[in-house]
This record gives sequence, structure tokens and C-alpha cells, in this order.
Amino acid sequence: MPYTAIKIEDLHVVRGGRPVLQGLNLQVASGSVTGLLGPSGCGKSTLMRAIVGVQIIQAGQVNVLGEHAGSTKLRRRVGYLTQAPSVYADLSIGENLRYFAAILDVGEQRIGEVVQTVGLAGREQQVVGSLSGGERSRVSLATALLGDPELLVLDEPTVGLDPVLRAELWGTFHELAQAGSTLLISSHVMDEASECDELLLMREGALLEQSTPEQLRERTGEQDLSRAFLAIIGQASR
Amino acid sequence: MSPRITLATARRVLWQIRRDPRTIALLLVVPVALLTLMRYVFDGQPGTFQAIGAPMCGLFPFIIMFLVTSIAMLRERTSGTLERLMSLPLAKADLLAGYGIAFGVLAALQALVVCLVGFLLLGLHAPHGAWLIGLLAVGNAVLGMALGLFVSAFARTEFQAVQFMPAIIFPQLLLCGLFVDRHEMAGVLYGFSSALPLTYAYDALARATHPGALGGRVALDVAVIVGATLIALTLGALTLRRRTA
Repeated sequence: MPYTAIKIEDLHVVRGGRPVLQGLNLQVASGSVTGLLGPSGCGKSTLMRAIVGVQIIQAGQVNVLGEHAGSTKLRRRVGYLTQAPSVYADLSIGENLRYFAAILDVGEQRIGEVVQTVGLAGREQQVVGSLSGGERSRVSLATALLGDPELLVLDEPTVGLDPVLRAELWGTFHELAQAGSTLLISSHVMDEASECDELLLMREGALLEQSTPEQLRERTGEQDLSRAFLAIIGQASR
Repeated sequence: MSPRITLATARRVLWQIRRDPRTIALLLVVPVALLTLMRYVFDGQPGTFQAIGAPMCGLFPFIIMFLVTSIAMLRERTSGTLERLMSLPLAKADLLAGYGIAFGVLAALQALVVCLVGFLLLGLHAPHGAWLIGLLAVGNAVLGMALGLFVSAFARTEFQAVQFMPAIIFPQLLLCGLFVDRHEMAGVLYGFSSALPLTYAYDALARATHPGALGGRVALDVAVIVGATLIALTLGALTLRRRTA
């Protein structure tokens, strides 16, 4: 029985005067790849921010790896990829990684590994500002991987990537999960849902459904997960 | 707080500036150009050039580091890198001290160049030694940096941030005694200027560029500069939030 990596109870978050999450409950098992899916603006990023502990919450409990979300002990154990690439555009790939590696106290060897993982090996000298959007987000992803965290919270890591690299990254995510890490990955592209062990379907600040892709297909009778999601929305609003 | 992370942060900020040779050129050339301009504006009044130009050598780093830091920190806030840093095992003090060291190094370089030109080429006098002006310049630069870090929290855009320079620095320059003796100002302004940190920064520089004993007043000035820097850094640390709305 895998233990629970993320446990959220009755989470309420208000952003910009608007309630974004209203009494959300969920659990994520450790060692899994969980997809967080839903239309843009449904509260995925806010939920991820709450899990990482950078979001001010109005009410509720967010427990991560047995600690309160955002506690000091978790800063080394949780890796976070923000939706917009949060790396220094005026530094090279290598300089960015060396800075974050110094904060996490990891060595040159690990930098080489993560650069390889995101497919940017041999380009360490290149300044991030001169990279394409997809390449920048890969640098940002490499930074999140640096500390070999137990929990990886990745906000749309595959946006703007070509299909080959996208498939490679999903392969990497599964390797990480097999090695014991827990991954929570958001996407608004439904064709990535089938890559996940478990799916969290969100809409308008609430969790509509938590199930495996197979369960979702069975329950809705739809083979296509995108259509299955629409069916769930239809059931919920009926 | 860890020396490893503090130094890595300082190195990172310096790396960022190194990528931007034009900024480095501006940092080093502009103060020298302005000082040279001043020298020839006051061509017929060498006394006035000494009274204004010599303290200016120690004030340029204050003004420029305020501006550069407020923009650098604003970028850190708006680009998402601050959010990432706040989710990592980095103490706020590491970030503040890292910035302090990096901009302190730049300020020292800037002060060195402007003092070399001012005291060797343009004929300014430093009766207590140009090194004292240089040291005060670095202290003032760190004060300017601390204020810049703090006010960056109140700007949402770079357009807003650049306007904190005229809003926060110009009044202090007018009131510090550089252009008009503070005793000749309206009483209210005299009182007000006593509460502004730049008044003390200028006072120390004015004494350091005047012949005659330095006196205990310079020690008081330095204490105020250090105190104001610590207060601004503390306020700045309060604006660095681990959690945001």
C-alpha cells in the first residue's frame, strides 16, 4: 500500500477577490504520475501553488510528504516548475543551473544529468534569452529536477514541445516515479491524460473526478479521454 | 542563512551584469562624464566645484545602485524567479546579502573610477584621503541598494520603478545640504531633512572633502548610514513573501 504524498482537505483559495478553489479535497499516492487536467482558469495552477506552499490559502489543510505545505523541511524535498519559465534570461543555461545547484547543494555531475534529461546537453553556454519558448521551459524543468525531489509539481511541463521530446519527457517522468518520486503534472491537453497513472479532473475550482484512465473510459464508455472528460462534465452539470 | 548560498547569489547577480556590457559601461562612464561636465560648468568657480563635485563622487553610487537594484529586484519579482527562490532552501538574508555583496563590488569599482578621475585629473581635493571618499561611496551604495530593494515591492512595472528615483532620491538630494546649506532652508525642511538618510551620507562626505578635523560627527553619520541600511534591509526582507495571494 503506497503512502499518501499529498493530502488536501477542504481547501479554499481566493485570488484577486474571486474564489478559485472552494472546498477541494484530494489525495495523491506516492510513487505515481498524477495528471491534473482541466480547462485553463479552472484552478490548476492555484492548486499547485497551494501544494508547493507559495499560495496564501483562506481555509483548509494541505499536507505534503507528511508536513504542512510550504514548511522549511519541504523546500529541499519538493521540486516546482512554474507555468512561465522562471529562470534568468540573461544567464546561460549552465549559469542558471549552477546557481540553483548551489542553493540545493548538488554537484556538477547532477547538472550534467538534468541537462541530458531535458535534451539540452552540449548547449550549456547558450544564453537563455536567446532560446525558444519550449527550450526555456526545458531549462526551467531541468532546474526543478536538480535536487532529485521526492515530489515534483510540474505546471504544464510539455507545453510548446515537439512530440518526440514530449514522449521522451513522459518516459522520464515514469522513470522518476518508478524510482520512488511522486509527480503531479498539469496539462490542458487531454491526449497526455493516457500517460498518467491517475487523473484529477478539475473544473471551476472543484475536483470533478479522480480515477485512472481505464476507470474513466469504463465509466463513460468513451475510448477517447478528451470525450470522456466532456462526458464527466455533462454528468456533473446534469 | 548559508555563506555558500549568499556567495552563489552574489556571483549570479554579477554574472547577470557581466552579460550586459552596456550597463557596465554606463555604470562606469556616466558618473565620470557628469563630474567632468560639472568641472567645466563651474569653470569660473573652482570653489563651488570642490564643494559639490567632491561629495558627488561618493553620492553617485548611492543614486545609481538605488535605481539598478530596484529594477533588478522588480524583474526578479515579475519573472517568477523570486517565487521559485522562495520555494527553495534559500534564506531571505541570503538573497539580500547576495545582492548587497554584488552591488557593493560594483559600487567599489564605480567609486574607484570616479575618484581616480575626480581627484587625479579634475583637481578635486580629498584632504583626508580619497580612500575615505571611496569607503563612504561603497557604504552609500549599499544604502541605496537596500532602499531600492525595499521600494521595488511597491512597483508593478519598470515604468513605475524608474519613477521612484525622482520621487525618493531627488528630494533627498535637494534637502541633504549639497546645493543649499540646510540652515538656510525653511525650518520645517530643516527638521524633515534631519530624518532623511542621505543628509547624513552627504554630511560625512562634506566633512571628508573639507580640510579640518573630521570630528565625532562623521562617526554619527556612519552610524546613521549603517542603521538606515539595516532598517531598509529589514523592511525589504518583509516584502519578500514565501506565500503570495
